Amino acid sequence: MSENTEDVDQQTAPAGGLSPVGDEEQKHGSVLMEAEHLKVLFPIKSGLIIDRTVGHVHAVDDISLSIFQGETLGVVGESGCGKTTLIRALVRLVDSTGGKIKFRGVDITKASRHKLAPIRSEMQMVFQDPQASLNPRKRVSQILATPLSMRGVPKSQIESESRKLLDRVGLNAEQLGRFPHEFSGGQRQRIGIARALAMSPQLLLLDEPVSALDVSIQAQVINLLDDLQHELGLSYVFVAHDLSVVRHVSDRVAVLYVGKMMELASSDVLYGKPIHPYTQTLLAAIPIPDPRENRLRERRPISGEVPSPINPPAGCRFHTRCPFATEICGQVEPPLTDFGNGHLAACHHPQNVTAEEIAAAKRSPLSPIASGDAIPGDAAQA
Amino acid sequence: MTETSTSTTGAPAAGEAPLLDVDNLKVGFATEDGMVQAVDGVSFTVKQGEVVAIVGESGSGKSVTGMTLMGLTRGPNARIQGSAKLNGQELLTASDNDLRKIRGNRIAMIFQDPISSLNPVYRIGNQIVEQIRAHNPDVSKHDAMEQAIDLLARVGIPRPRDRARAYPHEFSGGMRQRVMIAMALSCSPELLIADEPTTALDVTIQAQILEEIRTLREQTNAGIILITHDLAVVADIADRVVVMYSGRVVEQTTLDDVFYDPQHPYTWGLLGSITRVDRDRNTQLPAIPGQPPSLLKPPAGCHFRARCPFAFERCTEVPPLVSHLPDAPDHLDRCWLDVERKRAVRNVDGEIALLNAKG
Repeated sequence: MSENTEDVDQQTAPAGGLSPVGDEEQKHGSVLMEAEHLKVLFPIKSGLIIDRTVGHVHAVDDISLSIFQGETLGVVGESGCGKTTLIRALVRLVDSTGGKIKFRGVDITKASRHKLAPIRSEMQMVFQDPQASLNPRKRVSQILATPLSMRGVPKSQIESESRKLLDRVGLNAEQLGRFPHEFSGGQRQRIGIARALAMSPQLLLLDEPVSALDVSIQAQVINLLDDLQHELGLSYVFVAHDLSVVRHVSDRVAVLYVGKMMELASSDVLYGKPIHPYTQTLLAAIPIPDPRENRLRERRPISGEVPSPINPPAGCRFHTRCPFATEICGQVEPPLTDFGNGHLAACHHPQNVTAEEIAAAKRSPLSPIASGDAIPGDAAQA
Repeated sequence: MTETSTSTTGAPAAGEAPLLDVDNLKVGFATEDGMVQAVDGVSFTVKQGEVVAIVGESGSGKSVTGMTLMGLTRGPNARIQGSAKLNGQELLTASDNDLRKIRGNRIAMIFQDPISSLNPVYRIGNQIVEQIRAHNPDVSKHDAMEQAIDLLARVGIPRPRDRARAYPHEFSGGMRQRVMIAMALSCSPELLIADEPTTALDVTIQAQILEEIRTLREQTNAGIILITHDLAVVADIADRVVVMYSGRVVEQTTLDDVFYDPQHPYTWGLLGSITRVDRDRNTQLPAIPGQPPSLLKPPAGCHFRARCPFAFERCTEVPPLVSHLPDAPDHLDRCWLDVERKRAVRNVDGEIALLNAKG
């Protein structure tokens, strides 16, 4: 095992790497974390005596993205799109099969446990089901003491630090002695957040943090996350299937479909002017909590279901359900195309874009390696 | 389908006898810690072809209400009072034998999690055949299977003849929910109770299932009770809305009135708490502070009082569920506040929400 990952990293990383340089960087601040052509394939084993690998689940299939300091990156998609695997791979809870993960420019793709420890304290996860992610046999004080002592907080200060944490997430400090089952779902999620904060992280990876909660409690937790971000300058990766929640919390949103990134844009642009037909489909499927507007809305319910990630469709993964699909969509994987202002979409038939925007489009360096070279602009010129 | 959704507000003509008439339903469960009054005096009606949504958070009693109508909450520790009549027939006191004839036949139910409502060791087709023949023993097995295949095709399952031979685990979540709808359709029920039918599904599949429920309503003219916590789904499909909080109905009116002229502070809070996909990000959501009360020891008077910023002395008395609006006698709510005051205070930055409610 190579011990000096930093050295290796300096040799291999080309100047600038994949991170968008220039205006993107200026607009968003410094890059905290990057994924370059990240792949996570889970082998499918078969056979009675000898385990043969008969195929792979393409959970994350060549995804590149950057997370900027202080921003919230939303990740949305239907079940099986790889959104959870993506963030688990980012914190190295699952090992990636290919590509690179960098934290503050340091390659951590293959970093040893020892090397990873200080970095892991900077990125903490919050899980969907707070009931399952808190040890039922430990009191809140114990749940919070473990990360605090790992961070090196002296024993004498652990209790006062725990009290501060509980106070910060809006719980009563007198509840330190209680067990998780004595709290409601929303309160348990606050404990999960307090536990993550105990490591004083820079980046929180939130995996469906509010989807198990009632609407009124959901709003409380979203507000809490918002407060914490302002107070502590945290970066969030917010994974959810609920596009309304993601719109509310995110600065930028990535749309995933069967292991691929379909579209990436700032939140208001993505929801106001979706380029990829899949994004349009997702947005059109969400009912709006407003009867009059609901009635006015044009609906195009999409048929079919998400294809299996074991044998994903060739070409564009969405072509089997896409209303605009043509022959090329089943043959050539579309590259991620930059339509200006960091609005990326991987589609041969982009929607909602003007001829000028198509002409000015560039192939994004975040495009999957296997994707074709031809961007929609070329076709228009030809 | 846009056309159908516009027509949904045209509720059936007034004066028609309701299909289902629930009157002062009370369901309590004796526990080791005391009596839990899960449903505390709920009254509502469902007409033919009407979709009534029961909205509330966990513990509001919405599911218990639905299950009680099917006789699913009966037990030694349950105390059920009041009345629920389906076309004049009392459901709460019906014998087990009578209930068996009603369940699946006159009242069908769809649950949130279809994998636990289907038997994992029987083929899908056989499970539908079993239901058809249970209510109609004269149908031959072969004919019942043909009916089952036909039903699967009607709910949009591709290759129904092959899929009828599949087991539940071979179906995706959305497909299983379609199977449940096919089973519900099999006996042309008068009433369908759908308990969170789309909560476990992805949005694109949710849209498809809601479409199936609409089709079912059109084909059978069944009354539908939709139990959900999702106001967006309600806005999409319901005709009338019953808002429940901590075992009681706090507001009950037409779909549009719930969204545009809500009278109960809890309803304002719910509306303010929703994140909307068609709205830009605003900094903080006006969330409802606090937690719902324990049903073991609910506060005296209005149950929402502890979380309500407008509570005053009178709220220690239980407000009656009555109309406070002369021009809308069917718009009922349980609140002591003055109507004019309500209309003034519920406005937060141009939207309806619960004021000074930052959680």
